[in-house]
Amino acid sequence: MFTTPTLDYNLLAPILIVLGGALLGVLVEGFWGKAQRANVQLIISLLSIAAAFGWIIKIHNLTSQSAAIDSVSIDGGGLFLQGTILVLSFVALLFFSQNDHFAPQASALPGSDEEASALRSGVQMTEIYPLTLFAISGMLLFPVAHDLVTLFVALEVLSIPLYIITGLARRRRLLSQEAALKYFLLGAYSSAFFLFGAAFIYGYDGSLSLGDLRTAANTPGTNHIFLLIGILFVSVGLLFKVGAVPFHSWTPDVYQGAPTPVTGFMAACTKVAAFGAMFRIFIIGFAPLQNDWRPVFIAVAIMTMVGGAIAVVVQTDIKRALAFSSITHAGFLLTAIIALSKASYTSMLFYLVAYGIATVGAFGIVTLVRDGSGEVNDMNRWAGLAKKSPGVATAFAVFLMSFGGIPLTAGFVAKFGIFTAAYATGNTALLIVGVLSSAVALFFYLRIVLIMFFKEPTDDTVTVEQPGALVTVGVLLCFFATIAIGVYPNLLYDLANKMTTLVP
Amino acid sequence: MSHGWVSAFNVKFAIGVDGLALVLILLTTVLVPIVIVGGWNESENGRWSVKTFYVLLLILEMFMVGVFSATDIFVFYIIFEVMLIPVYFLIGGYGRGDRAAAALKFLLYSLFGGLLMLAAIIGLFVVGLKQNIGSFDLTTVSHLHISHGVQNWLFLGFFIAFAIKAPLFPFHTWLPTAARSATPGTSILVLGVMDKVGTYGMIRFCLNLFPDASKTFAPYIITLALISIIYGAFLAIGQKEITSLIAFTSISHFGFIILGIFAMTSQGLTGATFYMVNHGFSTAALFLVGGWMMERRKSETISDFGGLQRITPVMAWMFFIAGMSTLALPGLSSFVSEFLVLVGTFTRYPLAAIIGTTGIVLAALYVLLLVQRALHGPLQPGNEETPDLNIREKVAIAPVVVALVFLGFYPKPVLHVVTPTTNQVMTQVSVSDPTPMAGK
Repeated sequence: MFTTPTLDYNLLAPILIVLGGALLGVLVEGFWGKAQRANVQLIISLLSIAAAFGWIIKIHNLTSQSAAIDSVSIDGGGLFLQGTILVLSFVALLFFSQNDHFAPQASALPGSDEEASALRSGVQMTEIYPLTLFAISGMLLFPVAHDLVTLFVALEVLSIPLYIITGLARRRRLLSQEAALKYFLLGAYSSAFFLFGAAFIYGYDGSLSLGDLRTAANTPGTNHIFLLIGILFVSVGLLFKVGAVPFHSWTPDVYQGAPTPVTGFMAACTKVAAFGAMFRIFIIGFAPLQNDWRPVFIAVAIMTMVGGAIAVVVQTDIKRALAFSSITHAGFLLTAIIALSKASYTSMLFYLVAYGIATVGAFGIVTLVRDGSGEVNDMNRWAGLAKKSPGVATAFAVFLMSFGGIPLTAGFVAKFGIFTAAYATGNTALLIVGVLSSAVALFFYLRIVLIMFFKEPTDDTVTVEQPGALVTVGVLLCFFATIAIGVYPNLLYDLANKMTTLVP
Repeated sequence: MSHGWVSAFNVKFAIGVDGLALVLILLTTVLVPIVIVGGWNESENGRWSVKTFYVLLLILEMFMVGVFSATDIFVFYIIFEVMLIPVYFLIGGYGRGDRAAAALKFLLYSLFGGLLMLAAIIGLFVVGLKQNIGSFDLTTVSHLHISHGVQNWLFLGFFIAFAIKAPLFPFHTWLPTAARSATPGTSILVLGVMDKVGTYGMIRFCLNLFPDASKTFAPYIITLALISIIYGAFLAIGQKEITSLIAFTSISHFGFIILGIFAMTSQGLTGATFYMVNHGFSTAALFLVGGWMMERRKSETISDFGGLQRITPVMAWMFFIAGMSTLALPGLSSFVSEFLVLVGTFTRYPLAAIIGTTGIVLAALYVLLLVQRALHGPLQPGNEETPDLNIREKVAIAPVVVALVFLGFYPKPVLHVVTPTTNQVMTQVSVSDPTPMAGK
């Protein structure tokens, strides 16, 4: 028997708009003339993201409801996460406007004659825009998916375009392609783990829905061993996506190899989507067994915080360093999932916004710092940047301060909230390890500030390219948002608090 | 005054002053103009413009006044941390020698302490939440019931942060580096005012919020304070440079202040508070005159200054007075405070007071050796043409010397303002002065 599915297009519209934008982008790529194609693609992408965001504002007051026969469930937290993803990807796309970061022709082999001729003739393929939109639509679906298959589909929709755009860097193409391959192989592997876990959970309760899973897990007297195995494997898939130790080893390579605008987009938005989905799965489906999985997660969170913080100290490449710093932040965010309370959900949403803004902004600045042959990621060559471009150095310092959790930046309030929520549920160890690893990571952030402000510029020192209007707007948005949220966090915090209706 | 700020955590932008805060704010606002007048040219060797220097200096003053007037723990913490940033740029941008490294070391030490305090603040807030009082207001929080075990941990979080700031042995190693690299004016503000946030915080937060834990840890802290006194003094004797000598004398003096605080007697507390003011003035005097000497001689080594007494009598006398204030000569204000601290300590911990007294003897040694090597003796080559203090410098140093002498003979204005706070703290900690021992 087959029943016609009922789809609530009103609730699915944000995802569909972005998907539509992506499809339109594919057509433009095929049929629009070369000269204006990049601009058209950019406009389509920005417009579809803005339209999707507008739609979210329109429906943000709805109470939690099922949108597509129980496989998608829209609620306040989900909408907040979708909104965050859209805002962050909008800003990240502003940095995509620097086309010279991307390979002119992705199909040409690195170093081949085809590539050389493409470079000479000024060809610039722009498939990166529709691919990014596809990834965004997957990210939008991931945190609102309500059954295991939809989750898996969303995970793949968001991951596969990311594998491709990781390999699109113009400079150091081999490194970029190596990163893409590594990301793809490990990502496919982790997807398999996820699927394997989903199969175990299906075997446990005979249903794919998270709601049924909750009912089954709450039934006393049943044997939960298959659910526990399922939780273990599903968690591996999710922890890989957020880059938690010991599933983090792809992060530095991929962050370094990907074109920098893509790194910023990926670092910010993937984390939002993955943590959003993770919290949801855990609070709905896995919460009844929290005493069983919590110790493992505490260990993972501690390893992630400490591992990221220690590794970041010895980095010399700015993109690798920011990758390790993002690993530390993943550890902080995991404390919210371990606490699994309304307060921790609110603070996680706030943290994701604060972290995302600073990340997009920081990578945006990395795209600007160059020498004659292109972007320079060696930190020692940033010496004396403040003398040459005080504005850029100040903005970067503010983003680093936000990462480090210095008061009056968004990162401080975020960190305060997330640690308070963690400690309120009795996790003293997490609070202490979190604070200590913040201190270690701070050393790295301050070292960059020191290099930029207190070292004398040398002949080797990089210059800052005069940024285009879009890029300037992007950096300024992130800069002011970081400070404004830090000084007056009320609006955002209250919004996050109001939207966290998912948690009972 | 109180105004809502971060509603999610019930943070209020609340400020207010009592006697303790008032004298420290006065100290700040008196010293900043003196530093500006006295260190008129010291921003010239900076990486950035003179304008930036004064912008940073005034931002620092704003934060220092703010930190003493915050009555909301969250606001205090924010200012406590943000205050470091102007200092970081003042040392790293306008200092001497390996200024960048000194600035980084200073900032890392302080931020590390700050993060421990953050953990304790989170802990305190959560304790409040569990009693349905989610607040950062100092008065509200001081009425919380905190179990003894939790108090101990929270106390340590706050205390280590303040001990790094103050600085207390073994958390002191950032200070000599910072003092060697900072400009004299910056050093005055760091040692003279900003470090007082540490001792201020011990009274305001450690004693007020965690009275039981304070009593538990008092003997250990007093031991550390005594080590600071003696160790700082011994190292000061061995220093060859003026700046690091002053830094080590400060470590010794902070030992006295902390001794007075944790003796928990009214004389001890009042003396410690008064000591904070006096130490601010005597450090200012030493760094001002020392800075001018170094500026003229282009050297920091003490032995290079030999014979200055005859060439530049005014400068030498001013340096001498600053030195006498450092060794707490009767008649100068630091004598009053040191005496109060030792008397206050003696009534509760006689042995500690006796050991502390040796610090005075050592102080005489390092000050007199300094004066002898720097001012007297045969004239060192290169000193013949050294000009004496000019009008601007005299204007800068005069109020400091007047304050040292005036408060030495008539300390009542300060003591009068401080005493109510002392009594309030004593009540909160629920201790009273031991009855004087009348012999056996």
